[in-house]
Amino acid sequence: MRRFLRPGHDPVRERLKRDLFQFNKTVEHGFPHQPSALGYSPFLHLMAIGTRSGAIKLYGAPGVEFMGLHEENNTVMQIHFIPDQCQLVTLLDDNSLHLWSLKQHSGASELREEHRFTLKGPPGSPPSATQITAVLPHSSREVLYLGTESGNIFVVELPSFRLLEDRTITSEAVLQRVPEDYCNRRSCELVEALREHPKNPDQILIGYSRGLIVVWDLQNNKVTHHFLGSQQLENLYWQRDGSKFISCHYDGSYTQWPLSSDNRQPEPLENTMPYGPFPCKAISKIYWQTTKNGLPYIIFQGGMPRASYGDRHSISVVHGSQQTAFDFTSRVIDFFIIFSSEPAAEFDDPSAMVVLAEEELVVIDLKTAGWPAVHPPYLASLHCSAITCSHHVSNIPLKLWERIISAGSKQNIHYSSMPWPIDGGTNIAPDPPQRDLLLTGHEDGTVRFWDASGVCLHLLYKLSTVRVFLTDADPNDNMNTLGEDEWPPLRKVGTFDPYSDDPRLGIQKIYLCKYSGYLTVAGTAGQVLVMELNDEDAEHVVDHAEADLLQDQEGYRWKGHEKLKTRDGPVRFEAGFQPFVLVQCQPPAVVTSLALHSEWKLVAFGTSHGFGLFDHQQKRLVFVKCTLHPSDQLALEGPLSRVKSLKKSLRQSFRRIRRSRVSSRKRRGGSGNTSEVQEANAKFDQEALQEMELAPVQRKIEARSAEDSFTGFVRTLYFADTFLRDSSRHCPSLWAGTNGGTVYAFSLRVPPAERRMDEPVRAEQAKEIQLMHRAPVVGILVLDGRSTPLPEPLEVAHDLSKSPDMQGSHQLLVVSEEQFKVFTLPKVSSKLKLKLTALEGCRVRKVTVANFGSCKTDDYSENDLAVLTNLGDIQIISLPFLKLQIRYPCIRKEDVSGIASCVFTKYGQGFYLISPSEFERFSLSTKWLVEPRCVVDMPEVTSNNHVHNKSGMENAAR
Amino acid sequence: EFRRFSLERSKPGKFEEFYGLLQHVHKIPNVDVLVGYTDIHGDLLPINNDDNYHKAVSTANPLLRIFIQRKEDADYSAFGTDTMTRKKNVLSNVLRPDNHKKKPHIVISMPQDFRPVSSIIDVDILPETHRRVRLYKYGTDKPLGFYIRDGSSVRVTPHGLEKVPGIFISRLVPGGLAQSTGLLAVNDEVLEVNGIEVSGKSLDQVTDMMIANSRNLIITVRPANQRNNVVRNSRTSGSSGQSTESSLPSSTPNILANFLQGEEESDEEDIIIEDSGEPQQIPKAAPTSESLESLTQIELHESTQNGFLPSSEMNLNHSAGSISMEYEVQDQDHKSLEEDGTIITL
Repeated sequence: MRRFLRPGHDPVRERLKRDLFQFNKTVEHGFPHQPSALGYSPFLHLMAIGTRSGAIKLYGAPGVEFMGLHEENNTVMQIHFIPDQCQLVTLLDDNSLHLWSLKQHSGASELREEHRFTLKGPPGSPPSATQITAVLPHSSREVLYLGTESGNIFVVELPSFRLLEDRTITSEAVLQRVPEDYCNRRSCELVEALREHPKNPDQILIGYSRGLIVVWDLQNNKVTHHFLGSQQLENLYWQRDGSKFISCHYDGSYTQWPLSSDNRQPEPLENTMPYGPFPCKAISKIYWQTTKNGLPYIIFQGGMPRASYGDRHSISVVHGSQQTAFDFTSRVIDFFIIFSSEPAAEFDDPSAMVVLAEEELVVIDLKTAGWPAVHPPYLASLHCSAITCSHHVSNIPLKLWERIISAGSKQNIHYSSMPWPIDGGTNIAPDPPQRDLLLTGHEDGTVRFWDASGVCLHLLYKLSTVRVFLTDADPNDNMNTLGEDEWPPLRKVGTFDPYSDDPRLGIQKIYLCKYSGYLTVAGTAGQVLVMELNDEDAEHVVDHAEADLLQDQEGYRWKGHEKLKTRDGPVRFEAGFQPFVLVQCQPPAVVTSLALHSEWKLVAFGTSHGFGLFDHQQKRLVFVKCTLHPSDQLALEGPLSRVKSLKKSLRQSFRRIRRSRVSSRKRRGGSGNTSEVQEANAKFDQEALQEMELAPVQRKIEARSAEDSFTGFVRTLYFADTFLRDSSRHCPSLWAGTNGGTVYAFSLRVPPAERRMDEPVRAEQAKEIQLMHRAPVVGILVLDGRSTPLPEPLEVAHDLSKSPDMQGSHQLLVVSEEQFKVFTLPKVSSKLKLKLTALEGCRVRKVTVANFGSCKTDDYSENDLAVLTNLGDIQIISLPFLKLQIRYPCIRKEDVSGIASCVFTKYGQGFYLISPSEFERFSLSTKWLVEPRCVVDMPEVTSNNHVHNKSGMENAAR
Repeated sequence: EFRRFSLERSKPGKFEEFYGLLQHVHKIPNVDVLVGYTDIHGDLLPINNDDNYHKAVSTANPLLRIFIQRKEDADYSAFGTDTMTRKKNVLSNVLRPDNHKKKPHIVISMPQDFRPVSSIIDVDILPETHRRVRLYKYGTDKPLGFYIRDGSSVRVTPHGLEKVPGIFISRLVPGGLAQSTGLLAVNDEVLEVNGIEVSGKSLDQVTDMMIANSRNLIITVRPANQRNNVVRNSRTSGSSGQSTESSLPSSTPNILANFLQGEEESDEEDIIIEDSGEPQQIPKAAPTSESLESLTQIELHESTQNGFLPSSEMNLNHSAGSISMEYEVQDQDHKSLEEDGTIITL
């Protein structure tokens, strides 16, 4: 404690700290968790997504994004942009309305909440009287029409949200002229849909849930037309010229109705049940889009035959004889069509369909034959398969960057070449300072390469390791196997596929050398793959080696999963990273640490049993070291796999819940579905809670001992060229840190380049350090004579780093979960330490060296340690003196998965998962800040023509 | 029966040889015995290892009185302060819990190597309702042996009585260090861990702090049973000087004033094995770095105090010394105590 009482307050240092460090959460990457509503402004070309936690996010051209959060954290039910305005209205599930505005502030637009409003009925009326079911922002921009459960339609003024009581459209007024017998059968009930006449703003179409549809004249306050529908109504859509409209129904049918001045009670023109004749599910939303060639596009959601395809989440597009039912991987929240919005245009000519499903955004190009999907530049579903690890590489050389992009573009040929259709706003953020890659490992054995340079996290390339192994899963399993004549014409779209068939394929560790293009990945079943970037397809045999980490230890039995079976013979690999070496650890426990030295051509890997070193040039195992304590039975049996299988079974049960869902009605049904899951969740929570109450929470206080479980678990591996044995000669070395506080150092002899293939790499154990506090070692680092961390392999060779100082004495930094310690080398003596846990009760979860540049002067930068603790705090600790510089609360301490997912970059930024599908980006640096900065200009309002934002177009084309 | 024999003072030899000699002299070759001697203060102190044997020999003036008891009927509690002189000692009365005699005596097994296992410290600076307990985990194989839980206690605040969350001892493991000291009890509220207040910290944080400090754990508690509190005595202000008097660890804890600050860095020594050689202590890379040889000497010399003189010299040296973050200049007195770390095997 004393160290904090007198931390020499040096004013110069304090000022420097302000120039170096600053904490900001800058942007959320990925797909919003639990989206609940979708809105689109054809005027602004902006899309809005609301979530169940009350967030609202706006997206336009790549880089243009805004985020707002409703204070109530209630589910966003509906989003409506005000026509021709930079404003939108949201309806929450507490029946409150919120008006949001995009306003410019110091050069950039900001999203702000302006007003809120809750509709109140007369005293004593039931809550349903004012429960809003439909919202219509009128094109006059002055009023909102609010349809309610009671059947009354209220009118409120904008932007004040003042209720205009005299203009309320009561159900009584509507029913006045409806034939007696129809009235008796059905009362108006809930207002299902409100649509303004496309040509005549004084007419609105009102649809009631029991099937009655009326045209209401706003000028004369009376019904002009009655349409006596016989089916329960789901939604309505006007044809562009206003001469017809279409209604869709609960029974899976849709009906066209004519609107003529002479017939005040027209009969339907046509009633279709697209997937009949057997009972079908509801069509919950429908579009009728006219085209120049005459054939309309009819696009509707749902309507599948109830018995055989009732569980599909589909949207059907019908255009003449072409018909496709797009089959989504998760529930469809909502969708919209992008079409010509210029009022002068004669036809809709739809260009794209944008579908918000529960787990991903899918955009379909309707202009290109075959209706291919468009590759979204943002809103990527990070969780297509659950993320199991991540790895960040800063400042990628252009050459490697281009090769990765080229490999990725070969994978994306089935995507449409259409420019991104949602292109509103202008990105005015400065260009990203450098090319950064974020690599995510997934449960299905894939590694995804993301462009993490800027605001839009964009998928560049996807690597699958599955081909190397023989698995039960047929790789073509998920493909659409339906033939031409299949009915309904389902087509799978989207990439979300969270169910891994073989959890052993899961990726646990990734290391990419940005200079050589060598990549190594390691997985759940002890597999370690070394890969090389190849710009061409290739077919070759993957060299295979086994590393017995138990060595001579006898009498052990591994009870975990089996090792993965490998394919015999050559395997075909597509262009990109192609594996050439596979090392399988025995026992096949999850790989817990991995290091690659691309210059020495060595890869080191560790599990809960020990670690090994493999020479991937000669394809020879150099050595293995067993770190297992003889009494550690737990580590042997592989309880990690048990944990895994529990997770798996949980997931399977959720899968069952998901399957058993009966997708019923749109709005109520929709919430019914979720409430079912919520109920199950609540029940589960309650049971868990009861269990907790039975056993009072208490913690055992005990010193760690060598006999504890998992002490041999290898937590960290590190290559260094340093002084291991004497201070005159430095040599390559491998360092390993275990869960039990032991550090092993091996001196390596790597033959010179010309004899690299002839002489074997030799290794010899030189040192073993046992930290008395026995806390897990999470980081090892060697500092050179100038106290600078040693550069990465090949960094010096590429002139990107000064050569390390080999004259002065080197120091070893060992970071355990509890302490930071600096030792001298080659003779190990302790120099200084910083205790974290003993003083603050927090433990180190992640630690990285980061370079911080000053925002004031370009020529000053320093290396510090960025540390994330188990309490979710981030601390910056100076090197080499180990002084705490600054501390920021970052992640809630309860958010264990968020803390576990955190990854730091080399320049003081970081990412962590805020949901299975979203990374939060944060910055600790004053200098490197990637955050959205964009402008949405109000196109000319007076001329009712849509003025396209030019710069937005350019942006999208980039 | 009495025997009288001579030893060469300069070459006392090993304890094993001495023990054999005693058995030989008394013609009791197969009887297990306890060996004790009286020091200059008149205290009966045991001889059971090389260190205290050498110490005993060195204190002979010139006569060394050795007491031998048959192990089966030995009275362990006979060892300790004032056992021989029986003179009235204020301090020992104060410290000896009042219920000491009523309670069945805690029989500890005959330790191979006597050393303190616990102490009450800082009596003079703490409120009487608090107790600062130090558990010496190093050198014993006993588990610390206790559990903590969340709870709430009532505090007097400016707004009146308020219930505030706190951390409490929830369970003592029978036979554990915590239980055997008798200084901690179930429902004692934990206020500080090694000088850091626990208020505002979660159960998990406090757990991690205690485990991180487990080799030299100092817990300040508010005992649930407030009747056994130390009654402040005017004499105790200079208590640090008192602890030169040896005491029986299990029943009469030492008083070590200001020990806390001095001991902050004392809890651990890492070990290095070079080229698969012998495990060695990692030395400090201080400006005055010691060679290994000198360390070894100091260890031998200092460990004569093991168990019986646990404290005051190093305590005094250390509380004055400053510990800077960059260079921990530790005095060797202090260091020597932890040299026992070598017995911990890898």
